[in-house]
Amino acid sequence: MKKSVLTGIVLIALAAWAGYWYGNRHGPRPPAVAARSTADTLAIARQGAGIAADSLPSGAGSGKVITVTAGHSIQDAVLKAQPGDTVQIMPGRYSETVYIDKDGIALVGVIRGGDWPTLDGEGKRNDAVLYSGNGIRVENLKIVNYKGNAIMGQAGNNFVIRHNWIANAGVYGIFPEFAQNGLIEYNTLTGIEDAAIYVGMSDNIEVAHNEVHGNVAGIEAENSRHVIIEHNLAYDNAGGILTFITPGLPIKTAFDVVIRGNFVVANNHKNFGAPGSIVSGVPSGTGIIVMAADDVIIENNLIRDNKNAGIIVSDHKSFANITPDPESDPNPDRVQVLRNLFADNGTDPIKEIKALMLAALTREGPDLVAVGGGSGSCVADRDAIKWLGIGSWSSCSRTDTHDISTYLLDKPAPPRVLSAEDRGKLVYSSVCAGCHAYNVRMIGPPTQILQVLYAGNPQGIADYIAHPVKKRDDFPPMPPQAHLSSDLRLAVAKYMLSLK
Amino acid sequence: MRLRLPAWIYAALICAPAQAGSWRLSEQCPPSFEKRDSRCFLHSNYQQYASLTGAGVGGLKTGLPPLRDGFTPQQIDLGRYLFFDPVLSANGRLACVSCHVPSQGFSDHRVHSIGIDGRAVRRNAPSLWNAGFLKRFFWDGRAHSLEEQAQGPLYNAAEMGNRPEALLKTLNGIPAYRELFAQAFPAAGSAARAPIAAAQVYQALAAFEASLISLNSRYDFYAQGVADALTPHELEGLNIFRSFVARCAECHTPPLFTNQQIAVIGMPEPRGQPFDPGAGPPSGEPLLRGGFKVPSLRNAALTAPYGHGGQFATLRETVAFYTGGRGHAVPAGEHLQLHWHIWEPRLSPTELDRLVDFIGALTDQSFLPTPPAALPSGLPLPPESKRDGESS
Repeated sequence: MKKSVLTGIVLIALAAWAGYWYGNRHGPRPPAVAARSTADTLAIARQGAGIAADSLPSGAGSGKVITVTAGHSIQDAVLKAQPGDTVQIMPGRYSETVYIDKDGIALVGVIRGGDWPTLDGEGKRNDAVLYSGNGIRVENLKIVNYKGNAIMGQAGNNFVIRHNWIANAGVYGIFPEFAQNGLIEYNTLTGIEDAAIYVGMSDNIEVAHNEVHGNVAGIEAENSRHVIIEHNLAYDNAGGILTFITPGLPIKTAFDVVIRGNFVVANNHKNFGAPGSIVSGVPSGTGIIVMAADDVIIENNLIRDNKNAGIIVSDHKSFANITPDPESDPNPDRVQVLRNLFADNGTDPIKEIKALMLAALTREGPDLVAVGGGSGSCVADRDAIKWLGIGSWSSCSRTDTHDISTYLLDKPAPPRVLSAEDRGKLVYSSVCAGCHAYNVRMIGPPTQILQVLYAGNPQGIADYIAHPVKKRDDFPPMPPQAHLSSDLRLAVAKYMLSLK
Repeated sequence: MRLRLPAWIYAALICAPAQAGSWRLSEQCPPSFEKRDSRCFLHSNYQQYASLTGAGVGGLKTGLPPLRDGFTPQQIDLGRYLFFDPVLSANGRLACVSCHVPSQGFSDHRVHSIGIDGRAVRRNAPSLWNAGFLKRFFWDGRAHSLEEQAQGPLYNAAEMGNRPEALLKTLNGIPAYRELFAQAFPAAGSAARAPIAAAQVYQALAAFEASLISLNSRYDFYAQGVADALTPHELEGLNIFRSFVARCAECHTPPLFTNQQIAVIGMPEPRGQPFDPGAGPPSGEPLLRGGFKVPSLRNAALTAPYGHGGQFATLRETVAFYTGGRGHAVPAGEHLQLHWHIWEPRLSPTELDRLVDFIGALTDQSFLPTPPAALPSGLPLPPESKRDGESS
């Protein structure tokens, strides 16, 4: 009996050693890339929220996997990648800014035995990841020591940013801007000078299951609509969770923001925001702030030990560093504070709140305080909490947010699909028309004349414009248009011949 | 075998309004515009993209803000004649084109433009490229339409120095303009030709200005997916431009490279000039003191000098302002509420060079309009009208 156990142990050890030896000899095991595509990840996030699976897009990750190992450039792999491909990043240190200006690319780290692929800005690089494409996924990366943002998206829709470990990575950690339909989940962020997770001027965004601590602001949704912030842990920031209309931005509204099921605890960190930044006006010790945003629902959060206040609802006038904007409504309207667990908030409030306490003849700092204008707001069970400034608020008729399962879209935000004819027309108008007018001589011959020359021969035009040769003394040579795909050149040619 | 067409076909196809005995306005829309129901509508590659809340701001593949299109070809062409014609000024010597020089990005290369009788205009002439997408005009954003804007320089005593009655009297006294206005603004069902109205002058100028489209730069090719349209230096510049250290793209937002907001950024005044309170007085908002409209950067490489007062001679000096320290140029005693994006980015000299490289990739003058061969007023074309080269 004993002997067989011993033999078993020896065999296991041998097998382990053999595996180790083999692994070392033959490099990393086959791609360990998360098999789940960006679209599937978004779909599952909706599913988790109770949406039937068959109404979801099937996001087959059909592309290639391009593996990058330490000492090589992630950017080179991104430049090679085609939409649908995954750039798999092996453990090790990478010092670069990665930019993605195409659609459907996944940057996925491989974590091995606790070793992460680490993007290190060394305190001198600006941003770690910049993207403008749609359908981008960033997953399993450790990002440290950048000056700007860790992950920044500009107008990239249908994104997934998950499972990243971000520390001291600059002004914002995760920063999608001008985006529609995106998921930010299971990330941990610390040491960020503004908001660790910032959703700016975006729609249909879900921020869930993240941990944010030691930042000026934990999570912020600014000038955004249809946002759910749920099941996050926000502690030891100057402010835990914020939703703002910031004036002076080109998109002017914020509404339909659900903040629920979060742990918002002891956000008493010193505010180390840059002088003049709006977030530097956030009073340290504040759990949740609603500034000027409308239709915000705050439900089932655990809001504890925030020494200034549990929740502040404010207009623009009452907030520091705000320049008014006649195009932005300065008041928070229809805020609904449903049941939340409040404990030990407001033990050491700022002087403005102390003044309100004095006026209300109370020595208790607030769980919930409203300052300035706004209308239509409500609170559930006001007798259970310490409050200031909500005398005019009604009792909420809504009891929970079960009816709001997700704000992610049921289908990805679609790119506009144009017919070849329409694309040809756009290129003709955008590019060709600079030199070729219909019946007027400009820089090149009039289109009407080209119609005679190439009647019935669009392919002739398509071929010529890829590699033009100088044909006539009375016109300058035409610049080649070979960067346009052959399909597009043919579409342009057909449009040109059809023009009347 | 290609046909070589005889010259007369060209001649027959070319409109030459000045040569004809009577004046005819073009029936063709300008390049990039399509004629539908007798009106001109823009076609741009950016129309294949959406834009959140229709604001026309975002990243590389983002739709444009709404354009003031839908003018008739005749109105646009009439606006072109008016734009180039010094008859609009009180002394017949200054046209719109005198300060908005086509070959200089529709700006001029002066710190301050020179108005009537050599008078100094207070601020630097802004570019007119893509003006039809804007919703605020003048550096301080005080006008809200191109028509409202046009009345500023026309009647400013230091600029074109005219008065509405005098302008209308002049135009109505020129038979060629009576003819052209009648073509651009046909009065339905009325046989008698109505006199030229001031609103028609403004509308024609607006129609022409809204036709000045520049969306065809090498940057635009890159944005539409042509990966090698930018040089490595320009790409580096793009990444600095949109980084959250430099933060240029936060206010100079693609695709127009302006978010059209008023921003208080604390630029210095030109030497010897008093502090310019900008949008403070016209907005009535004390916190906007020292605020100016964020200008578009398209064709900026052509429009030196820079800043509301033309205070920076080069783009390099302009980008260096942003790394000089928050509020470093605010005069003592001025308390400005500076924009939150003005901070301490500590950009290196190389990064500043790359930003200038990138801004250069926004240059596109492929739809530069043709100056009229002759003016309905009979006055000579101002020297600034030339398509290429500097004005004298």
